[in-house]
Amino acid sequence: MTAHVVQRSTAETTLMRQFETEKLSSSPRRADAFGRFIAGGLPTRRVESWHYTDLRAAMRDAAPLAPAPDSGAIEDARAILTDRKRMAAWRIVLVDGRLVAELCDQFPPAVSFSREEPSPVDVDDPMVALNEAMSVEAYVLKVADGARVEGLIEITHISTAKDARSVYSRVAILLGIGASASLIESYLGAGPGVQRNSLAILTLAEGARAKHVVLVEDDAELHIESRLGQLAAGAELNDFVLISGGALTRRQLFHKLIGPEAKITLGGLTLLDGKRRSDTTLQVVHAAEAGTSREYYRAIVDDEAVGTFQGKVIVENAAQKTDGAMKSQAVLLSPRAQMNAKPELEILADDVVCGHGATVGSLDPEQLFYMMTRSLDRDEAESMLLEAFGEEAIRRIEDDVLAEALRRPFWAWLARERVARVGGEGEIHWVESAS
Amino acid sequence: MMQAAGPMLEIKKLSVSIHGAPILEDLNLTVRAGEVAAIMGPNGSGKSTLAYVIAGKPDYEIVSGEIWFDGEDLLELEPNERAQKGVFLAFQYPVEIPGVATMTFMKATLNARRRSRGQGDLTTPDFMRRVREASQMLKLDQEMLRRPLNVGFSGGEKKRLEILQMALLRPRLCVLDETDSGLDIDALKVVSDGVNALRDPERAFLVITHYQRLLEHIRPDVVHVMAKGRIVASGGPELALELERNGYRDYAEAAA
Repeated sequence: MTAHVVQRSTAETTLMRQFETEKLSSSPRRADAFGRFIAGGLPTRRVESWHYTDLRAAMRDAAPLAPAPDSGAIEDARAILTDRKRMAAWRIVLVDGRLVAELCDQFPPAVSFSREEPSPVDVDDPMVALNEAMSVEAYVLKVADGARVEGLIEITHISTAKDARSVYSRVAILLGIGASASLIESYLGAGPGVQRNSLAILTLAEGARAKHVVLVEDDAELHIESRLGQLAAGAELNDFVLISGGALTRRQLFHKLIGPEAKITLGGLTLLDGKRRSDTTLQVVHAAEAGTSREYYRAIVDDEAVGTFQGKVIVENAAQKTDGAMKSQAVLLSPRAQMNAKPELEILADDVVCGHGATVGSLDPEQLFYMMTRSLDRDEAESMLLEAFGEEAIRRIEDDVLAEALRRPFWAWLARERVARVGGEGEIHWVESAS
Repeated sequence: MMQAAGPMLEIKKLSVSIHGAPILEDLNLTVRAGEVAAIMGPNGSGKSTLAYVIAGKPDYEIVSGEIWFDGEDLLELEPNERAQKGVFLAFQYPVEIPGVATMTFMKATLNARRRSRGQGDLTTPDFMRRVREASQMLKLDQEMLRRPLNVGFSGGEKKRLEILQMALLRPRLCVLDETDSGLDIDALKVVSDGVNALRDPERAFLVITHYQRLLEHIRPDVVHVMAKGRIVASGGPELALELERNGYRDYAEAAA
């Protein structure tokens, strides 16, 4: 017991009460996790990895926990799914963090999805700990050794609450030795009262390959998403996120290359307008030799929005012959838009090739002038440059189906932006898709 | 419809500065439909500024003067509006646009110009045919047009692509800003042939160059000599030959 009195914020007090009254504290594992969370409480600017997102200040209170979905919620979820073009061959649907079997597809034999607590991952972060303490359900998606899944697997996270609710979801994805799969995770339906804390554990065994796309399209008040990855020898992970919604989005990635010759490619396109904020903070640890890591993040920031990119690549002593490159690029469309970029390298091995860079700027006036001398209106020229900026990021996923899934919300955001800026018709496309 | 009787381009007492430094001073210039006018002058005489100001580059301050194009006040128009009216600037240093395929860009610009004149978009086969014809004339590999605009193109390829765009957009006034710079003899021939093919009684050219050699391929009707921000001499093609022999020194002194 701590002897001194700690000043708790309203949200922290609510979280403590929720943890007790929901009888979550009876599990020693949860109790331990909650203890780790509450020791430091909600992160503030004083926590280095949260420097640009003062969650304690942003979270005035913790919303009531979302209950298990009733039939109305399930019907709402079904309607959301019906409105969307189906991309995946196999779909898993979680409503407010719980599996809704009737909305899911039957998997091929090499793939399973079950209710199961994943093996713990050693990451020291308050919101990762809070997720472990508060998630009512946890699931594990397994792809068997050697299985090469042909179709796309989608995990859809739907929130249907009309008012303030907090939603915790917890999923592990395990790819067996030599297995390969393409996955897409979509966050849908959340309104401005939803506080989301979503966690995914990605484990790639020797030689496994995963392509993984995440879409954050809905309007949660708070979207906190943690991704914890481990790559064994020769494993390859290509992970790309597109963020086009959410008042405050925090994505934190903790990936570790534990076997030699593993390869990780992380990328994202963040689209910000209004007073929205988005923070991508990642850490990639090279713990074994001859690994490759690439991080390429792009952001388009308009109005009074604020983007943040913090990337840290750590090359441990044993990780000789590491090849790393990290880049953050942002286009600001308004004088009040902001971007914080902080790429860092921490290199303990001596035989490595690593680099990083960051650019923040407005659209290039020389390019705009050139385009306008060929008859294009200013806003046509601008939208062409923005589309090209995003398209270059999207192409890094190197998969036509996944790239197409990313273009749809990107184009929709550009169209909304165009209407907001010039009041014209929204939909125009310059970049020809998959060719 | 009858063509307006006046000149196509009329620049009157134009003074332009950039960051407070005067570049053009009291410049007067007239170009008529069907005419090929060369502008020659030493480095720093303001030739490229003149080209940019006609096209509408925003960095320049128009201190005084007027530019009339087909009876319209060009200085009132945005660069895209000038282009839609038929002004084309072939850049000395064409700008790279990563992520935008050359073909996509050209189609968008051609359709923007057509729409501004109340015409419908071209069908894809029609567009492709025009691109094929123009790229054959300019000896440009069509595969190259799939690549991002000007990205990774050689200097000569960029210049040929400028002329290709000019051929597609069919402007009324073509301003060529040192199109010969960075071209070897063969490329110079190809580019000049491309320009000559577009010569037309309804079209005018303003050919800005440092050297006489371009004018051996694109024969001008009129040669203007520019020094210190103004036109200091005008004459026939023989003026270019004289400049080649004696240099710009006499004119630079005359303008001082």
